[in-house]
Amino acid sequence: MSETTTVKSENIVDIQNLKMYFPVRRGLLRKKIGDVKALDNVSISIKPGETLGLVGESGCGKTTMGRCILRLYKPTEGNIIFQGDDISNYTDHDLRHTRRDMAIIFQDPYSSLNPRKNSGTIVGEPLLIHNLTKSRKEYEDRVAELFIMSGLSPDMTDRYPHEFSGGQRQRLSVARALAGDPSLIVCDEPISALDVSMQAQILNLLQELQVKRGKLSYLFISHDLMAVQYISHRIAVMYLGKIVEMSASADLYANTLHPYSQALLSAQPVPDPVVEATRKRIILTGDVPTPLNPPSGCSFHPRCFMAKPECSVETPQLRDVGNGHLVACHCV
Amino acid sequence: MDRLLTVTGLSTEFRTERGIVKAVNNISYTVNESEIVGLVGESGCGKSVSQLSVMQLIPNPPGRIVAGSVDFDGTDLLQYKRESNEMCAIRGRYISMIFQEPMTSLNPALTICRQMTEVMIEHLGTEYKEAREKSIDMLDQVGIPDAAKRIDDYPHQFSGGMRQRVMVAMAMLCNPKMIIADEATTALDATIQAQLLELLYGMVDKYKTALVMVTHNLGVVARYVNRINVMYAGSIVESGTVNEIWANPMHPYTEGLLSCVPRLGEKLVPIKGMPPSLVNRPDTCPFAARCRYRQKQCFEQPVSELTLVEGTHYSACAVKLEGKV
Repeated sequence: MSETTTVKSENIVDIQNLKMYFPVRRGLLRKKIGDVKALDNVSISIKPGETLGLVGESGCGKTTMGRCILRLYKPTEGNIIFQGDDISNYTDHDLRHTRRDMAIIFQDPYSSLNPRKNSGTIVGEPLLIHNLTKSRKEYEDRVAELFIMSGLSPDMTDRYPHEFSGGQRQRLSVARALAGDPSLIVCDEPISALDVSMQAQILNLLQELQVKRGKLSYLFISHDLMAVQYISHRIAVMYLGKIVEMSASADLYANTLHPYSQALLSAQPVPDPVVEATRKRIILTGDVPTPLNPPSGCSFHPRCFMAKPECSVETPQLRDVGNGHLVACHCV
Repeated sequence: MDRLLTVTGLSTEFRTERGIVKAVNNISYTVNESEIVGLVGESGCGKSVSQLSVMQLIPNPPGRIVAGSVDFDGTDLLQYKRESNEMCAIRGRYISMIFQEPMTSLNPALTICRQMTEVMIEHLGTEYKEAREKSIDMLDQVGIPDAAKRIDDYPHQFSGGMRQRVMVAMAMLCNPKMIIADEATTALDATIQAQLLELLYGMVDKYKTALVMVTHNLGVVARYVNRINVMYAGSIVESGTVNEIWANPMHPYTEGLLSCVPRLGEKLVPIKGMPPSLVNRPDTCPFAARCRYRQKQCFEQPVSELTLVEGTHYSACAVKLEGKV
């Protein structure tokens, strides 16, 4: 049993200097040859009822971050304070109770729903695990309620996942996430696998639920900047395991400071020919470097169009440039 | 501009246990020389199948091209059998294709050199040495650093973006008249996608190649494409230049598609419901069930053909064309 430190905070989640290193082993003796620094000294917080958007390219550590918050991974270093309790050293047994208040929606609604269980069982399972209902009747009513909340018909509870379309399956994931009445839902690319017209439906559903429920917070992980901007109050941009810029949603788009955020924003095609005809684009050269051996100094400097000599030497720290707009860059 | 490709009344069906799936249903479109055409639609709307039909790459059985003609540069491609020498001489030589997933479309067991030179040796009868030099030159043009060395690497030694660059280089090798890019940038990260689009459009511009861009991302087509064909449930429902369609979407599906893309400071209006099943579909308007302008006639009369709106703008929605809404 680990000791429980209670920290006073009004935030749902406070992450302090979180590090998550995955060892890389090679050879017959599985000798450790290095670490993949999936998260390197990251600090974020989420307030009740807030949506924090997490943007970045694949391999930048956004999913690792989501999984660390839910303690699906045990972080290498740093603290995860969830509703005032430091859960970074909790055992599985301790976590069981805490996990009622957190949920996750995965990217792929095809692999994240058990094909052998019917949809009612999938959605109702958290209720049984956490003993949230007293009678069969109450259980069934609650499942029906969750179905309606997520925009599904309650008479679909007997159907199996394969009988649903992609968008409906993602609604099932939402219903399941809501079952424990959580205060935080980690949405890990919940719309990337869906068609455009379905994406809009799920985005609106998530937003409506937040408005209705009041104190529900989301960590919304996505590589689609436009979707993130639509749903988030604040946005953090990640690059190679570090947060490079974080600010209020509107501020980030109106006043993009970090060169990587600028490039990311400009790489996003705008579905409007009039805007596109005049828009200047920043095309980055090269690929995202491997997190096994990130570049020295600012890890973005080899691809950066603003890089100065000092960028390859000194790692820039996140600093506040006013109104809670944080940026980690020497050139800003 | 001269007409390069004319597709008329193309229909492709798949026979399945559950019935006949009309994946592509009577579509007609044209591509001019060195023109960039976009084909937009959601998954399962038949956009890939229509392009595979043009290339005659539909596996038969279960697939079958049941009607239509594909006139490419004066020859009807559908008169040739799928495996015929004539068809093989066209694929990769006059029409090239770039697929979504570069890892599955490159052979993992062969070096890039082997795969690239093969194209030229097969189609142009080039000597190996010359083919290798040309391949290196082409890799150089698509921005692969140190191309002379990298050409002897295997596909897994390249990153996703680099692999797709190799695919572009390979598609351009024989200087084809048309390239079909089937969701070529969808699997890539945002910044890499932007690099690749810029490269692809630069290359077709340089070599005056026509490009058919198949995508579900309206943003990708807005910047580069001359004409757009919007597909829904196996049919082309609207066709026109980018400006015509954006200024005045005449099909409710296109309108819905445009308004359900998140934009800065605008409320999202999703399209209700989901795409219909293509099994044994009726010949009434497939979008009627989700449409906000639907009227009684939409469920009773057969769906209208593409009708001229103005200029080069065509739509298949009778209700909006008649000005009833």
